[in-house]
Amino acid sequence: MTASESMRACFTRVTSELLDTSERLVLVLADIGIGSFREIGALERHPRRVLNVGIREQLMVGVASGFAIEGFRPILHSYAPFLVERPFEQLKLDLGHQGLGAILVSTGASYDAASEGRTHQCPGDVALLATLPGWKIEVPGHAEEVEACLRKAATGSDCVYIRLAERQNEQSFPGQSRLVPIRHGGEGAPLVVAVGPMMQPVLDATAGVDLSIAYLSEVRPFDAEGCRAMAGSQVVLVEPYLEGTTASEVAKALLNRPHRLLSIGVPLAERHRYGTPAEHDRALGLDAQGLRERILPFVGADR
Amino acid sequence: MVVQKERRDSGKLLPFRPMSPASPPWSFNDLPNLMALMLGDGKHAPSADSTIDILWVLYDRILRVNPDAPDDPLRDRFLLSKGHGPVSFYAVLAAKGFIPIDELRNFAQYESILGHHPDRLLIPGVEISSGSLGHGLPIAVGVTLGLRARGLDGPRVFCLIGDGELDEGTNNEAIALAGRLGLGALTVIVVRNDSCYYGWPGGIASRFIVEGWSGGEVDGHDHAGLEAALLVRDPLRPTVVVAQTEANR
Repeated sequence: MTASESMRACFTRVTSELLDTSERLVLVLADIGIGSFREIGALERHPRRVLNVGIREQLMVGVASGFAIEGFRPILHSYAPFLVERPFEQLKLDLGHQGLGAILVSTGASYDAASEGRTHQCPGDVALLATLPGWKIEVPGHAEEVEACLRKAATGSDCVYIRLAERQNEQSFPGQSRLVPIRHGGEGAPLVVAVGPMMQPVLDATAGVDLSIAYLSEVRPFDAEGCRAMAGSQVVLVEPYLEGTTASEVAKALLNRPHRLLSIGVPLAERHRYGTPAEHDRALGLDAQGLRERILPFVGADR
Repeated sequence: MVVQKERRDSGKLLPFRPMSPASPPWSFNDLPNLMALMLGDGKHAPSADSTIDILWVLYDRILRVNPDAPDDPLRDRFLLSKGHGPVSFYAVLAAKGFIPIDELRNFAQYESILGHHPDRLLIPGVEISSGSLGHGLPIAVGVTLGLRARGLDGPRVFCLIGDGELDEGTNNEAIALAGRLGLGALTVIVVRNDSCYYGWPGGIASRFIVEGWSGGEVDGHDHAGLEAALLVRDPLRPTVVVAQTEANR
């Protein structure tokens, strides 16, 4: 692990290492990413366990299902919209409904490929997958967390989604599936839950404000127990994808406690913007300044 | 492969008679009675009628499967992609000992293992849950690749789809890949009962053959012809058997 390693480079390196050590793993791609695995030698070393099906995402999932029937642990990778949204029925029926598992690793996040436009932007992936029972959804905020997620998922047999992003936090929390306390506020201080790569902007936005901050990278299953333990009566949920995706989980966790919840994420809107991820963050209020403008009034810290 | 003109070699279907769980081995002529346990006397779903001969030939003469070891790694795999009208499938599975005869009487009831579409987690010996069309063949390609990756050259993989189902684009994704990869262990049976809305100009088999498959057409009710066609295994290419059937005979 090098400090400058991107999440995607980490994914390629670790997956290649795992393919070398586990005969059970197969990698099924639909063109996206095959160049990296050819370059690293995985395709040459494992020609029967590294497969490019061409630009056929539904087939990618169906083929992974067949591999899983034969006892393999498939890893699939593509841009989030092509991995989750396009073959969604295959994910639902060919994996979960068949009682089979796979590891899905997406790239592109909500709008890392901002300049590619709406076709490559995917703020709805987590919300969509969260409609399927039994999926583990990982939103790492650092490449070290990606490595831990992958290595753990490789030994399992369940359905796992790992959402890679360009932006990384300065601090990493590999192997943490529960809420991690980052900052303790005073008694009764509101709790801010920062998901994955949103931690850094949340820390920047809330500097000097009396808040408790917790970090979360595994959003499904949701750490309800941790939420109950850390939350008071005010919770701010900051997610890097569709606004409100985990709000119902927080509400369930705090069912018997009067509370206020502010959900921050990518607003539900049909967007026709290109540019850079930073420009989208600014426009959607998801940079440090935008977060501060929403969080402080909610917790009464603007007075 | 040529179209066989001879009709089924097992005679006419017999009328309903009460079944006894203690009377195996079951023959092809028992299937209507087994189906009647699910549907009532004399009722037969057209989609079940179109596949009954194919399913019987597969389980009686082709597939190396054992109800006492349904997970044997060396077994042949049969994937029913066309999950509609599964009573013929259930009747064959019951006749061959995969499910108890009495279970047929519970067909489609809340706690039954047998629904209008098969569920692999409920029925022993069923390789995939199906119902939504266009899923079986991509999975069959994966199963074939999985066997290859395991170094298991012996087992064959059979997948049954309908001609209407072939409209689903996922099949074309799978047909292309299986052909290019030369998956000789894979055989697809396409039930041609003219349920495809726009038809297949040039014939169904040609769609496979242009992608590198071998195969042809056969009478879907002729047991000897089906057996001959399904025994063919091209080591270098996947095989398609287009079975012409009459759904509403």
